[in-house]
Amino acid sequence: MLSKLKDNLILVGDIFLFFKEFVRCAVTGPFYWSRLMDQIVHLGMGSLSITIVIGTVTGLVMTLQFGFGLEKFGGTLYVPAIVSISLLRELAPIFTSLLIAGRIGSGMSAEIGAMNVTQQVDAIRALGTSPIRVLVVPRVVATMISLPLLATLSGFMGIMGGLVIANVEFNMPPGFYVNKVLNTIKLADVFGSMFKCSFFAIVISILACYRGFQTKDGTWGVGNAATWVVVRSSIIILISDFFLSKILILMFG
Amino acid sequence: MEQILTIKKLAKYFDTKMVHEDVNFSLIKGETLGLLGHSGTGKSVLLRSIIGLESIDRGEILYRNQRIDNLTEEELFSIRTKVSYAFQSGALFDSISVFENIAYPLFEHTKMSEQEVDAKVMQILKIVNMEHARELMPSDLSGGMQKRVGLARSMALNPEILLYDEPTAGLDPINVEMVLEVMRRFKEQGFSGIFVTHDIPAAKKICDRIIILDKGKVRFQGSVADFDNSNDEFVKTFQIFD
Repeated sequence: MLSKLKDNLILVGDIFLFFKEFVRCAVTGPFYWSRLMDQIVHLGMGSLSITIVIGTVTGLVMTLQFGFGLEKFGGTLYVPAIVSISLLRELAPIFTSLLIAGRIGSGMSAEIGAMNVTQQVDAIRALGTSPIRVLVVPRVVATMISLPLLATLSGFMGIMGGLVIANVEFNMPPGFYVNKVLNTIKLADVFGSMFKCSFFAIVISILACYRGFQTKDGTWGVGNAATWVVVRSSIIILISDFFLSKILILMFG
Repeated sequence: MEQILTIKKLAKYFDTKMVHEDVNFSLIKGETLGLLGHSGTGKSVLLRSIIGLESIDRGEILYRNQRIDNLTEEELFSIRTKVSYAFQSGALFDSISVFENIAYPLFEHTKMSEQEVDAKVMQILKIVNMEHARELMPSDLSGGMQKRVGLARSMALNPEILLYDEPTAGLDPINVEMVLEVMRRFKEQGFSGIFVTHDIPAAKKICDRIIILDKGKVRFQGSVADFDNSNDEFVKTFQIFD
């Protein structure tokens, strides 16, 4: 029990040192802009369609459930407010982050892990360059840029999905729905959501890159690293979301 | 004779397992040194230690009389442009083409224009007889071709020392000759090399001196003639493969 605790503390320390090295490399040159753009296209654009689907469907389902639930108490009018606030503040950031953890986090750790076991990471070092600068900085920064934007898009699509259901199922005029949404959500909700997503992006990408660099034992190790990242980052996202939400509510209400 | 690389009392352990206990030798400018030894004697680990891919536990590594074993990772970058490492597997970046693999160190460490890089890559590809593979991906290449491209990439910056990690292992005789020819050309330009191999005839063809590692120490060190004429029972176990 004690040795397991010690191992975990060492792991946390290692990840912290890795993060520190990332920050050092990110704020000092050279910076690989073309690699960053490649990663944004790969991570962000590649996740666009699934994000739109998840956001839209979440909005559809939530509006349906809340609509029928609140209809019994004559509270259908509150559906736009409830749907928009819960989508923007919680569901869109969480669902998108979990999706990215599964889709991007696992891929990132598997890719770097495979490079590690085939000595490509060593080759980067042997050619006089830093694997952190070449592999980690573009991936982490690209995730930090892409994830908040994807989550915002997801939230927007959810609200649009809600508009359709509210109109079709509950005969709510689109103008009324949009007006209610605009009166409910504040800019702080959007920025709060983006802030949370930036934090989740760091968690996902740093864990993925760190685990990739630690990968050994061939293909088994690569698969294992991918699983490790998805499980750990999902847990951290879910737990930290509570605390981040609490902080944001205290700050912005 | 100028000593370009010196290894002094080098010791390396993996946890409690000893790999090197007391390794001492020097590389003279312009020579190719053959590094022999049975499997597991730490030949590749020694090469990796020289360019700092592995840390050492004791001893010193000096490049041009400058100690390099205690340098930080970023301080080693400039050393790695002068002391290059050709990986046994080639270790090519599998998501980019052959051209991009060889151009990588040129873009990173030189101020060459795209046209100059293009010309330089083609020149190197010609040396390793791989001009036709310029736009191919590493997965399209055979093992021997990957090794040759890996060798080309490690030569791109015209390093002073090239560390060859079993460049002929697993190759057919034609490919072996091709790799040896590349090494010969590199040597003719006055550059130095350390050639880790189990291929004794190849080592004798290309090397000026031979070193044999055993139980963490240098067991034999001498010219190819000394190697051939040695009466040491241990050295004889290598002579029989000649």
